[in-house]
Amino acid sequence: MVSLSDYLILSAIIFCIGLVGIFVNRTNIITLLMCVELILVAVNTNFIAFSHFLGNEAGQIFVFFILTVAAAEVAIGLAILTLLFRNKGSINVDVTNSLKG
Amino acid sequence: MEFEQILFYVFSFWFVASSLAMIFSRNAAKAVLFLILSFFSAASIWILLEAEFLAITLILVYVGAVMVLFLFVIKMLNIDKSTLRAKFAGYLPLGLMVAAVIIAEMVLVLGSAQFGLDVVAAPVRHGADYSNITVLAMQLYTTYVYPFELAAVLLLIAIIAAITLVHRNEINRKKQSIPEQVNVQAKDRVRLVSIASPNKEKK
Repeated sequence: MVSLSDYLILSAIIFCIGLVGIFVNRTNIITLLMCVELILVAVNTNFIAFSHFLGNEAGQIFVFFILTVAAAEVAIGLAILTLLFRNKGSINVDVTNSLKG
Repeated sequence: MEFEQILFYVFSFWFVASSLAMIFSRNAAKAVLFLILSFFSAASIWILLEAEFLAITLILVYVGAVMVLFLFVIKMLNIDKSTLRAKFAGYLPLGLMVAAVIIAEMVLVLGSAQFGLDVVAAPVRHGADYSNITVLAMQLYTTYVYPFELAAVLLLIAIIAAITLVHRNEINRKKQSIPEQVNVQAKDRVRLVSIASPNKEKK
């Protein structure tokens, strides 16, 4: 039988892969957005594993809302990306330094 | 080894492998395709966890809509040049070190001593008459109906925000001019011209 800790460790590994992706692909905003998606899927897997093993459906409801918010986030993120490309001519992270932060 | 365990390891392998391929691929379009594969593997794992509705939703919404949106944007923006010279050498050792430490800590915390089968027993599989969608719908439309409505409002706001962000300036917009359409006369649209027929001129 597959235990709960197997699922949790799998989602921890996926979470860390997404984190390394954010470290590694610092120049490309599209890949950054995709790494955030990967991290969200890892978190959702955690929720669903707990929901299955504890017999409580609230975790699956929570995943439903996370999917909704993530879809909205992607839509607005890609809109901002399009604006950035239109204004700066590139989607490199290095060109987005107007705020001098 | 049981069949369920074999399935779990096969899906996990593809999940991890395609995620790694996603973050290390230099071409953004290939990265999207690898991400689609890893979403499929995630959906398979969710089906192993008896969350059929969410697994199908992940495939339909994420692979069907969100990933296609990513592909559209990559195709529209023509960013191949900027991704080709994306160099990712600098932060790779630091990132790998952080990830290794996090994974080691997570394995220590989430290991089988804390969440193993003898601590959290595997639940009994539901019968063929169990419907995941019915259970979720009962929860969603009774206990969680207010967050459900809020999620709908959030999606509406996202639609409006995305359209407003992209259509900010007036230059590229094609819009309807109602007064011009109402005030139009027949003489503005139709022009009658008399053309001399070439056959008559021959005679």
